[in-house]
Amino acid sequence: MRNPDARRREVLGWTVALMAGGRAVADPAEEVSLPFGNGERSLGTFPQKRPMIVLTQRPPQLETPFEVFDHGAFTPNDAFFVRYHLSGAPPRGLSAATHRLKIGGAVETPLDLGLEDLRKSFPTVEMAAVNQCSGNGRGFSSPRVGGGQLGNGAMGSALWRGVPLRALLDKAGVKASAKAVEFNGADTPPMKVIPDFVKALGLDHARDGEVMLAYEMNGAPLPLLNGYPLRLVVPGYYGTYWVKHLTDITVLEQESQSFFMQKAYRVPDNACACTPPGQPAAQTRPIGKLNVRSFITNLRDGQQVAAGRTPVRGIAFDGGSGIAGVEVSTDGGKAWAPAGLGRDHGRYGFREWSTRVALPRGEHVLMARARSQAGELQPMSQTWNPSGYMRNVVDPVRVVAA
Amino acid sequence: MTAAPKSTAARLDLALAALAPTAFAAAQPASAPPAYVPPPETARLLDGPDLASAQRYCLACHSADYLTTQPRGMPPAFWEAEVAKMRTAYGATIPDDQVKPIVNYLTTAYGPPARR
Repeated sequence: MRNPDARRREVLGWTVALMAGGRAVADPAEEVSLPFGNGERSLGTFPQKRPMIVLTQRPPQLETPFEVFDHGAFTPNDAFFVRYHLSGAPPRGLSAATHRLKIGGAVETPLDLGLEDLRKSFPTVEMAAVNQCSGNGRGFSSPRVGGGQLGNGAMGSALWRGVPLRALLDKAGVKASAKAVEFNGADTPPMKVIPDFVKALGLDHARDGEVMLAYEMNGAPLPLLNGYPLRLVVPGYYGTYWVKHLTDITVLEQESQSFFMQKAYRVPDNACACTPPGQPAAQTRPIGKLNVRSFITNLRDGQQVAAGRTPVRGIAFDGGSGIAGVEVSTDGGKAWAPAGLGRDHGRYGFREWSTRVALPRGEHVLMARARSQAGELQPMSQTWNPSGYMRNVVDPVRVVAA
Repeated sequence: MTAAPKSTAARLDLALAALAPTAFAAAQPASAPPAYVPPPETARLLDGPDLASAQRYCLACHSADYLTTQPRGMPPAFWEAEVAKMRTAYGATIPDDQVKPIVNYLTTAYGPPARR
């Protein structure tokens, strides 16, 4: 666990990064310990980012330091998590001025558009939405599973601004035979034998009016590592669908055959998306919507607090039905009391919540539990799947009141 | 992290969070492509038998920390599955005769718990 001094040095390191104009600076050599085996990580300063928890240096995979989530319903661009698959990312030489987006396949009129065309010739939409990695919290899987060993910082909510995908598809004229829409970005694999990162949505989903192409995030251009200059935003769905550095939209007359749809990012095809621990799945389906989740953000496991009335606050989100309520327990989940919900930024964004609890001297196990408008309740125990996807268990936060 | 939420550091962090987008927006006009100079790659594989094979075939596509951050003390089957995933799923060009040495390296070098 980090101490307050480490935190101050982290802030100092970030200040240095700002002064360097967003260029990489020497690693402040801070370390954090994620609370699972072999969870020691360094903080690293990548371009346009404050010091972030480094999962891998190449490709850049960066986790948001968890205390950031205590600072509001929107995750700052320079603290937003980064996930890539292979060497060579991010692509170099991208420019908003010269970037092109091609829309083709089963359409009446293929389009070839610049960002100015997107801004001037199509409707503009703005939406708060959570982007969460499918494997957020994978490091907590028990038994452990292979893959990026993430804590809970591979998520964030931003205000996305851009163009509804439906407007582009309507302009191009989707043929009656169309069934799906494929998305490709400027990133390419390090070797030709390695599959390109291509994702797809069913045609109805692609045309739902909510899926959008974003050129701004929290009022600024996208950071390079978050998809500059244009990325797909698929509200309510895991980040794997949010293709970065978007260059090509292809309307298909059959299901996508992309490796990243057919082989990767799949969950067990049953109601719980789970298997008995250690067992593979007989049937799988592409991962889909976020499940309901909440976090306590102002207290950390193992923290000492003053006995008496203590504020407890955090965030909650789900796949887009919206948060109906958040309850807090101070006795390890036996009794629950409702927390107050903060401002509603839209049903796809983080929803802040807060309450105050009475903590007499001694040890207490605090928990937060969210319920979605669709009636989904966070589980008290976590099911298992071979890829460590879709974690959403109620997390205990043990505190000592003194 | 055990700092009280209203510590000086937390307030400073908040203040900087509010300033940051402005600072970057000023430093970088909307139309200019961002410069990208990542920090130097410092992650290294642990020593072990057939380290050279792992360096050659694993590090072609990702840095060493993708391996070193995996859970420790996993059985050979865990690493066999990972190597198989890299070959069949991600298309890693690991020759047949290199699979066994690489699995042996991973099982041996990352067997004991991490020492820091």
